[in-house]
Amino acid sequence: MNILKRGQAGTMQSSDLMVIVEPADKLIIEIESTVKKQFEHLIRARLEQVLDKFGVASGRISISDRGALDYAIEARLETALQRAGGA
Amino acid sequence: MAEYQLRRTLLYVPGNMPSMLQNIPLFQCDAVIIDLEDAVPLSEKDAARILVRRFLESYKERNKEILVRINGLDTKWALDDLKAVLPSIPDGIRLPKADSPEIVERLDTLLTEYEEELGLGIGHFKILPSIETAQGVINATRTARASTRLIGLAFGAEDYTATMEINRTKTGEELFNARMNVLWAAKAAGIQAIDSIFSDVNDMEALRVETELIKRLGFTGKCMVNPRQTDVIHDVFAPKQDEIDYALQVMDAIKRAREMGTGVISLKGKMIDVPIVIRAARVLRTAHAHGMVDVVINEEDIHGAE
Repeated sequence: MNILKRGQAGTMQSSDLMVIVEPADKLIIEIESTVKKQFEHLIRARLEQVLDKFGVASGRISISDRGALDYAIEARLETALQRAGGA
Repeated sequence: MAEYQLRRTLLYVPGNMPSMLQNIPLFQCDAVIIDLEDAVPLSEKDAARILVRRFLESYKERNKEILVRINGLDTKWALDDLKAVLPSIPDGIRLPKADSPEIVERLDTLLTEYEEELGLGIGHFKILPSIETAQGVINATRTARASTRLIGLAFGAEDYTATMEINRTKTGEELFNARMNVLWAAKAAGIQAIDSIFSDVNDMEALRVETELIKRLGFTGKCMVNPRQTDVIHDVFAPKQDEIDYALQVMDAIKRAREMGTGVISLKGKMIDVPIVIRAARVLRTAHAHGMVDVVINEEDIHGAE
């Protein structure tokens, strides 16, 4: 799918994350996290997995993470993509 | 008979809050009701159902019953709710505003379609309808028999008092007739009766009084808005030791009676016959579900062999 417009999902509450997806020429992933040091690579891997599943090849994916578990990362990104008009 | 399932405490968990959802495995309640309805703002309906689905997929070793409260079947969200959450295999659906048997029948049909699609046995998904309007109370008797999927009827006092245009009080006199109607409907259909939430989380004494009242009336469980209410409710529903002792004596007495070829016997000056035995059996089954006795009561213990 293609990201057609800006899509946002999630909250800044603990155990949650905020995801913003926007159209872009290439794939850019930006991660802010309270646990960035320890978990950035795992968060990135999970995001890439979901993007892969939905066939997203380009777009700016920015997340602000508050210690979310995998299922929440997956769900919030999925919701943001859906809201961005493709999924 | 199927094992007697305890549903003393059913905790509402907001569907759009990861911090609450991921605590579900830790709660001590018998069941949770993951809420896609009132606890989720209109702008987050899409996000909540995706979050709930992904959570349930990740919650593989389930240690309690999982119900999902969808939005009412008369809303535009209900079908999307079912489509999103049923593939993650909850145990059942809490159906709000179950004002008539037709609404339950409609959900039943939808659930059958999903079971076929998902390759599940027909009847896997249970239904717990909410009786929460004046119309719902009037139709409760028919609603209770609308589907074999029903595990009980749940009374919703907050919405009920709203539709009655009255205030809910802590003593609950205004709820008596509605509660009794829901109880009669449930008992006549052989399903459980679950009482409403008690919303003042800080008043444990009033929670205890209300739970004792609804237990005396015949309810076997209560919904909750906060996990802190679990202990009080479990404590009220736990059989007391003297009740268990007496029930064991009753079962023993009726066994002796039948060996002597009669269906009635005296125990400490009181007549013991079938209704007393049924009540004793119920105490022992509840005690067994609480892990308080080892004895398993079967139908022959209650009614004797032919």
